[in-house]
Amino acid sequence: MIEAVGLTKRYGDKLAVDQLSFSVKPGQVTGFLGPNGAGKSTTMRMILGLDAPTSGTVTVGGKPFDKAAYPLREVGALLDAKAVHGGRSAYNHLLCLAQTNNLPKRRVDEVLTLVGLGAVAKKRSKGFSLGMGQRLGIAAALLGDPKVLMFDEPVNGLDPEGILWIRNLMKALAAEGRTVFVSSHLMSEMEATADHLIVIGRGKLVADCSVQEFIDNNSELSIRVRTPEAEKFGALLSEKGASVRADGEGGALLVTKLAMQDIGDLAFDNQIRVHELSPIQASLEQAFMELTKDSVEYHAAVPADKGAAA
Amino acid sequence: MSTLAEGAPVGGFSSLTPLPPARGRAGFGGALRSEWTKIRSVKSTVWTLAAAVIIGVGISTLGNWGQSSHTNESAAQLAQHDLVQRSMFGIILGQLVMVVFGALAVTSEYSTGMIRTSLSVQPRRIPVYLAKFVIVTVVAFVVGEIISFASFFIGAHFWAAKGVSLSLGTHGALQAVIGGGLYLDGAALLAFGIGAALRHTAGAITLGVALLFVVNIMVSFMPDSWQDDIDKYLPYNAGSQIWATQHTADVGTAFGAWAGFGVYIGYAVIALLAGLWVFKRRDA
Repeated sequence: MIEAVGLTKRYGDKLAVDQLSFSVKPGQVTGFLGPNGAGKSTTMRMILGLDAPTSGTVTVGGKPFDKAAYPLREVGALLDAKAVHGGRSAYNHLLCLAQTNNLPKRRVDEVLTLVGLGAVAKKRSKGFSLGMGQRLGIAAALLGDPKVLMFDEPVNGLDPEGILWIRNLMKALAAEGRTVFVSSHLMSEMEATADHLIVIGRGKLVADCSVQEFIDNNSELSIRVRTPEAEKFGALLSEKGASVRADGEGGALLVTKLAMQDIGDLAFDNQIRVHELSPIQASLEQAFMELTKDSVEYHAAVPADKGAAA
Repeated sequence: MSTLAEGAPVGGFSSLTPLPPARGRAGFGGALRSEWTKIRSVKSTVWTLAAAVIIGVGISTLGNWGQSSHTNESAAQLAQHDLVQRSMFGIILGQLVMVVFGALAVTSEYSTGMIRTSLSVQPRRIPVYLAKFVIVTVVAFVVGEIISFASFFIGAHFWAAKGVSLSLGTHGALQAVIGGGLYLDGAALLAFGIGAALRHTAGAITLGVALLFVVNIMVSFMPDSWQDDIDKYLPYNAGSQIWATQHTADVGTAFGAWAGFGVYIGYAVIALLAGLWVFKRRDA
């Protein structure tokens, strides 16, 4: 259980995290979603006490993290797989972490085997691939059999196999009743793993709901209408209060704010031939982009003509 | 990667033996064991310490060999000099390598990012800092004493050929030789404190070397009357009293052995406190 209340972090005159309040519950995977630069990593660093909040509080299991008797038994975190000394072997890296929390040495061997690094335990982590580095970070997170697991963008740069492995691991950890908090800037990743979503943009809370609720609330149904009399029919639809825009090439229309049935009736009443009438569910990715478009920190310049077409 | 993935059970936590029940809390003892593992498990620290011994003892050997084989002075004249201190001549360069060791002990955690992992398994920063401090102190002490004792015995061997007998029983010799190791320990601690405050390897080494080495050269360009006031307070001049057996003849010797060493350690304490403040207060 993680609870943040009014969590705020200011760097100079820039608010990285702004009055963020949320709670992350055990037994499910909670996705922490936001565009790059939204404040996800800063929030996670504040949960661990790496960064001190400018104001507000955050607790893990009801206590500030630095009051935990054995921090590794409370939270296992993988914030940055590269945050290791590359000259140290995988075994010694985990050993020096385990020793801080008085964990037995055999635990180090066990987690190395669990993540599939048993064979390279004595190798320096400098030579590890991205995926192996990620596994080493996960081994560290599992050392203390923690109640809470926290992963910051764990699948970034991984191959499909590695991605699948991490997804299944997170689900298995949640199924054991642990709290799993995982950040991503990709909605599709969250769709595949998360049960619950906390969405932030520019440091502010945008949504805190189940994944299904998020889909229902944020992805508007639109209807694609293909007709040889697009211009005329478009005008008629607009008169009825529908919102109409061109759907890319081929003269199809994308219609929202009018039910499919009403569109069909309107066509019949006006003797307009319709070649296609189909529902389009906006993807969650689009919904997410829609929801956070005002809060994206770094916009790429969009070429003018493409911007107009959309 | 693909071969590794096959061997990895997905969420197969049954392979893990349950942890023993938690008693007490994670604190200084665990931090100390962890810091010892960190120091001994990377090549950079091990090599730096080996280099300190090789350079410290090596320069002492060369210096004593050179001086003893080219002197025209008689045994009686030679005995007037502080040959105990001269025997440990290599400390002057050895201290620079100890600066590298002390700085790296903390800055390597920042340059690699390891500090973020370290502090997320033990967020109570004071025990972490104290554990690092104790490990650096003990390791640098042992290595420093190896350098000073080895230098002394090698030096004594060369001077014996000139008819001058140096032994630990010589007046003040034992204290001076132990002092040589203490001086090197102080150099490592000064750099450790600076490293914790600056969080930057090159910056910490540069400042450490400047304080122990470069300021002496700079002060030597100042007017004589200024030098008389400043000289004895310079870290090297104050600290080197502890590995001398004569405290009257040379430049800047107004301090006795322990008073001078106190001033020298004072600089290290200031650096260590600044380092502690930054370590505790600043975002990692």
